[in-house]
Amino acid sequence: MVDKVSIWEALGFRKASGVGEAGWGYTLIVAIVSFIYFIPVLMIIFMAIKPQDVALSVPPTLSPTSLFGLIPDAYVFSPTLENFTSVFSRSMTAGGAPEDTGFDRYFFNSIVIATVSVMLALVIGTLAAFGFSRYPLKGNDTYLFIILTTRMLPAIVVIIPVILMFRVAGLSGSYIGIILLYTAFNLAFTIWMMKSFFDELSLDVEDAARIDGSSEIKVFFKICLPQVVAGLAATFVFGLILTWNEFLFALLLSGTDTRTVPVAMNQAVSSGGRGTDWTLLAAIETLFLIPVFLVTFFLQNHLLRGVTFGTVKR
Amino acid sequence: MSTIEIKKVTKRFGDFTAVKDADLSVGPGEVVCLLGPSGCGKTTTLRMIAGLERATSGDVIIAGQRMNDLSPQKRDIAMVFQFYALYPALSVGQNIAMPLHYEKLSKDETDKRVMNVARIMHLTDVLDRMPGQISEGEKQRLAVARAIVRDPNCFLFDEPLSRLDVELRHSMRGQIKEVLTGLSKATVIVTHDQLEALTMANRIAIMRDGLIEQVGTPHEVFAKPANVFVASFIGTPQMNLVEADLKSFGNGKAAVRLAGNDIEIAADPAVSRLKPSKVTVGIRPRAFTAASEKSGDTIAAQAELIEPMGAETLIHARTSAGGEIRVVIPREMKVKIGEAMHLRPDPKQTHFFGEDGKAVRA
Repeated sequence: MVDKVSIWEALGFRKASGVGEAGWGYTLIVAIVSFIYFIPVLMIIFMAIKPQDVALSVPPTLSPTSLFGLIPDAYVFSPTLENFTSVFSRSMTAGGAPEDTGFDRYFFNSIVIATVSVMLALVIGTLAAFGFSRYPLKGNDTYLFIILTTRMLPAIVVIIPVILMFRVAGLSGSYIGIILLYTAFNLAFTIWMMKSFFDELSLDVEDAARIDGSSEIKVFFKICLPQVVAGLAATFVFGLILTWNEFLFALLLSGTDTRTVPVAMNQAVSSGGRGTDWTLLAAIETLFLIPVFLVTFFLQNHLLRGVTFGTVKR
Repeated sequence: MSTIEIKKVTKRFGDFTAVKDADLSVGPGEVVCLLGPSGCGKTTTLRMIAGLERATSGDVIIAGQRMNDLSPQKRDIAMVFQFYALYPALSVGQNIAMPLHYEKLSKDETDKRVMNVARIMHLTDVLDRMPGQISEGEKQRLAVARAIVRDPNCFLFDEPLSRLDVELRHSMRGQIKEVLTGLSKATVIVTHDQLEALTMANRIAIMRDGLIEQVGTPHEVFAKPANVFVASFIGTPQMNLVEADLKSFGNGKAAVRLAGNDIEIAADPAVSRLKPSKVTVGIRPRAFTAASEKSGDTIAAQAELIEPMGAETLIHARTSAGGEIRVVIPREMKVKIGEAMHLRPDPKQTHFFGEDGKAVRA
């Protein structure tokens, strides 16, 4: 018996389930709906490669190519990479020499802050979740509920005490401050997610490991953790997306050195008194998309398994 | 010495008593089955021996050492779980090797032991696969392989065959018995299947509601059940347990009114100690012979339902008092529905149980 492995499967794409492939009709409907979903992203990417002068032209230019004459010339723009260079370096005053915008720094900040805080939350949260799942306290659910209360209020409400605390502790504007804050916020989510994954595991397997001589530490690292890799990946990606896009806390609590991209983006397009520079904004957004896009893409197999974990009885 | 002994072991979960004052000892090379209906405390007893549950009171003694307060890691036992509890993230070979990691063996020695066990359990072809990719029978064999790869104090099996289909169960029963015979360790097997217990065990402990009702060889629990529960639980088809009035006892014979018949039947001398009272008479379905006509020791009944079982035929018969009696007769005997039968119970296979449900025996 030879299993046929298509090139897509070999590349790590999900294998179609055995129920039967959809016909062309359904596939087409899904393709159209997906495309509609994707239009805003596509518009941003096109905007990022448009020359500045046609950004707001009426009628709008729709495509960088004429698709072999399919699209009339009036709707076609000639693509350029100029906007991307001006993300990192552009003249700040009319006719002035190009200056460094500091965006390389902001991208670095965003990557470091998001990655470190999500990883920290993952490490602490996974250990905590295992504790909550396997060694329940008296009134276990109460503690879990309290943990979640930080996510029940809108961020704008929580921000006031947080700013006060940061000012007293002298954490405002520092990397440690913003990383700790994001870690705390991701923790709630991580603990709840990971607890549900641990709850699904068979306790017999852990008992078997104990009888076979594993210490509790080994039971956790060698037996439990490998079984929740999908859950770790899913939690990591969701946490990363939430943190990556976070604006409000970053705006109020980061300093000039620790500014993240969403904050810098806001300032880049609204300063200078020349109105909104749409192509610049689109270029920043496009660059901003890439890291999350890559992470999600490489973890998507785990992601799908992680999200549907436990919904089907195996 | 590979022995297991539990003394007056009790386990309470809050107000619920799962196991009460259980006494059991398993000698070296002996296989003891804990048999009972679901929820009778047999798995809890096993888990207390393994150290996965702490006994509320009593002593758990393994290999001559009291182990109540030792964690499972330190008890040096091997256990096979009902749902196999294979390590999903490890390959078949790694699963077998797992218990060896703590003996700090060289890699060559580990590989040798794994291969040896894999050969015994016919797993050599699947050593590199993951547990999710092997068949149910292979999973079961892997669970056993993982248990026997080490040289532990004793073996514990929790419903080892319950997930297999009938045919596999049959062959695995033989295989496990063979392996256990070769190892000569104290072994406890938990099961709810009496056939499994009767075939695999040297002795059987029958449990109900947390109590061990009787411990004995398969022959003993079948031929001399200690009480009504054991009598009804062991043996298929089930033993007939008929309410009867004991009237008198003389000349080694008991006069009873049973299912609307007054009969005299030879009984154990101990029955003479009973005053005239209500008793339960237990007669196995295979202990009847069909008489051609009514006499002083036959029970009259009418065949109501006939179930051919191959070599034998099971007949559900209705007595004149309205009760049902199950009778197994040889295949050659033809009985029609509605036919009147005169059933003569074999006195040697007739059991008297007193009002407390305990067997009356010398």
